Parts: sequence; structure tokens; C-alpha cells
Amino acid sequence: MTASTFEGYVRPDGSVGIRNYVVVIPTVACANGVAGLIEKTVPGVVALRHGHGCGRALEIGMHQAALAGLGRNPNVAGAIVIGLGCETVNASMVAAEIAGTGKPAEFLMIQNEGGSRRTAEKGSAVAERMLHDASRMSRAECPLSLIMLGLECGGSDAFSGVTANPAVGLVSDWLVDEGGTVILTENTEMIGTAHILSRRTGSPETAQRIVQIVEAAERRTKDILGPLASLVIAPGNMDGGMSSIQEKSLGCICKAGSRDIVEVVDYGRAPAGKGLMIMDGPGYDMESMTGLGAAGCQLMIFTTGRGNPAGFPIVPVIKVASTSRLYKAMEDDMDVNAGTVLEGRSLKDVADEIRTLALEVMDGRQTRAEVNDQGGILCLYAMTPAF
Amino acid sequence: MKANVIVINPRDNVAIALEDIAAGARVRLPGGGTLTAVEKIPYSHKVAMVDIDSGQTVYKYGESIGSASAHIGKGSWVHTHNLTEEKGRA
Repeated sequence: MTASTFEGYVRPDGSVGIRNYVVVIPTVACANGVAGLIEKTVPGVVALRHGHGCGRALEIGMHQAALAGLGRNPNVAGAIVIGLGCETVNASMVAAEIAGTGKPAEFLMIQNEGGSRRTAEKGSAVAERMLHDASRMSRAECPLSLIMLGLECGGSDAFSGVTANPAVGLVSDWLVDEGGTVILTENTEMIGTAHILSRRTGSPETAQRIVQIVEAAERRTKDILGPLASLVIAPGNMDGGMSSIQEKSLGCICKAGSRDIVEVVDYGRAPAGKGLMIMDGPGYDMESMTGLGAAGCQLMIFTTGRGNPAGFPIVPVIKVASTSRLYKAMEDDMDVNAGTVLEGRSLKDVADEIRTLALEVMDGRQTRAEVNDQGGILCLYAMTPAF
Repeated sequence: MKANVIVINPRDNVAIALEDIAAGARVRLPGGGTLTAVEKIPYSHKVAMVDIDSGQTVYKYGESIGSASAHIGKGSWVHTHNLTEEKGRA
């Protein structure tokens, strides 16, 4: 089974979306209310909800780039950036970066427009216009090399690394071989495997960067958790037969398959090239998915053992259950049951099912998370406490 | 009979139990063939498919997950009691 094309929405910059959203992006939590008003007034618009106030001095650059990245994501047809006015992130710069793709992008500042209602009214008028224009766009056949797939695992169990992740690894290899891009992230889940991952790149700089980010993740885990760090990174406390930290982490990273790693990208930044990438990012699902969406992933595959229902507002998320027990318990949230591997089905067979579904989702089929409206909040990675 | 273990990568020297396998019971490999569990292999734990000498690498996912800290006989349970993390890992 090989279909090397999908049907998507071609953007002015040549990128291709598999969805066609008009999105409202608040640049600070104080603007969430207005974003919500616009969403209520103009059904069909997707409002993101910002998770932070502005006491984030050290992360301003990262957050500004990530917010712009979400607007630049190919699944977005047009973006309205809502700023308050006194926050640290610059809404006009976010809008300008999004407009750099050639897509419509506008910004409104609540303090300049005369408050919430007036801003929402103006924003709604813009949203209606953008939505009208977006609704006239149609899908066109495009090569799979234009797809960027984000990988995520959350609520893992002993079988995540035996069923779901290795099956997703075969899907990753397939997409990389088709010329597409796959992003592995979650540094904390790579602890102990820096020497393995760094062997998988031809570039000494990339190898060095991999070692750096994984070592930093281990240090940070120990700094933050202190004596509790062993709960996360010591084999003795691992359930389900994990005997070493390498074994646990290999179970995570195997979802990225076996191809060479071409680049390490910063959190929420778009990779320069194509192929298998590592994104420097945290181990938590919501922050991870936000980073992957901001990097430009049009699609995500999320493996889960204990059952995480979360999706992402502008990116379809395919949920792969690691056991039949979970699949049956949360069938409404799960797209694929990789637990059938434990009943004798081959990994390749499960990978084929995920691949077939991924192609359908690219063409417009809704994932369970989409059907369930698991949009959720926009969680930007923060490494330091707010002040 | 259906296999009661899974082997993730052809390079691996351990298999993962899909059910509790009692001491003396058959370990049925996915490609056919069997070996005998010399001790109880708990569900989701590893069993050695070959003899692994002390100091030799234990492979799962086609990669090293550590080395044997003692001789691990074919059919033995592989866990923290006989496997140590790879030395000098990054």
C-alpha cells in the first residue's frame, strides 16, 4: 500500500495544510476573553487560549516565536492576533511574522481599541472575512514530502515501548523515506540514550547538540526533583520490567524509527530541512504538542498506555493505544489499537493501519480527538518560574 | 500455539513476556521455536533467548540496554539483578 500524495490546502508560501482554520491567537492570558468572544460570535473560528501571564521575561523570544509559529502552521488559513497592549510579547511582531507566509494576518490591541467588546467586534468582522475567504479554498493533490509529523507519547505504560511506539516508528521511517519530516521531542524521555541518538547523525554538530540537550534534561530533572528524580530516571522504580534507563528511553524514542537525525531544532521553531528531527523540548504532553504545532507539524501521532484524550486546537492528533485493555476502556478517544500486537498481530500490520489512517486524516477525516473537540489550552514551555 | 513473547528487533537477545510464564513452562517465540523458562518470567518482563555471558551486551530495540552483571542462562529472567546500565553512557 503506497499512496505518496495527499490532498491539502496550498498556502502562498508553498506549505500545505491538511486543515483550513482561521485562528485567533492571544499573546497573553489577559487576551483570552476577547479571543473567546470572537469564537462565540463567529462559529467556525478557532480561538487559542494562552496559558501564561507576562511574567516570563526569560522566555519572551521563545514564546513570541512559538505564537508566530502557530499562526504560520500550514493548517492555518488566516490569523487574528489579539494583544492586550502592555504585555511583553509583541502582538504586531507576531502578526508580521505570520503575514510573512503571505497568509492574511492582523492584530488588534485591547488597550488601543477601547476595551474587550470593541476589540471583539472588530476582531469578529476580520474573522468573518477570513473565514469567508478560507471557505472558498479547495484541496489539491500534494506530495507527502510536504508533511511534517510530530511524535508524542503520554501516559505511557510498560507496553507503550513494545506495541504502539515501535509501530509508530515504522510509520516514521515510511514518511522520512517519502521525503517528509518527522519530529521527535521530549528530552526527558531521551535520558540515557544520547550516545545512541548521537550515533544516528552524520553531523558532528548535531551529535554534540543531542548530547547537550539530553544531558541538560537529566541535570534539570535531578535539580528540580532532587531525591525524587529516581522516580523518573532510575530503573529500580520502573514498572513493567524496565531494567535500565536506556531500556525505558529506547521504548520512547523508537517511535522515531531508525532513520538518520538531520537536525536539532529549538522549541517551537521550524526545521530548516526535511527528514528526521529532534526538537529541544520538555517531556510534558501539552507543552510538547504546542511546540510541535508551532514548528509547523500538520499532523501528530500520540501514543498512550494509560489513556490521554488530549488533542491540539489546530492539528489533528492520532491516538494510538498500547493495549487492548486501554483501547476498550477509552474507545471514544483512541484511533488505533496497537495492543493487538500482544495478541499476535505484527507491528508492520499495525503500522499499516496507522499509515492508512494518517493518509485519510491528511485528506480530511477527523481523528477521535477532533470529534471530541479536544482542542485544549495552548501550553507554552516555560523553564523558569514566573516573577 | 500462539507465541507468548514478542521480539522487537531481530538483533535482540531478549524477548518480552506477553503473559506470566511459569518456571519450566515453554517460551514460544513469534517465528516458531521454543525454549524453556528456567524461572518465572513476569508479564511484560524480559527472558533471555540465548546464553548471555557476564559482561556481554543485552539487546532490546536492536540497541544495548545494558550489560549482563552475571551469566544469564537461556530462558532466564533478565532484570536489574543481572543487568547493569551501560558504563560511560552519555
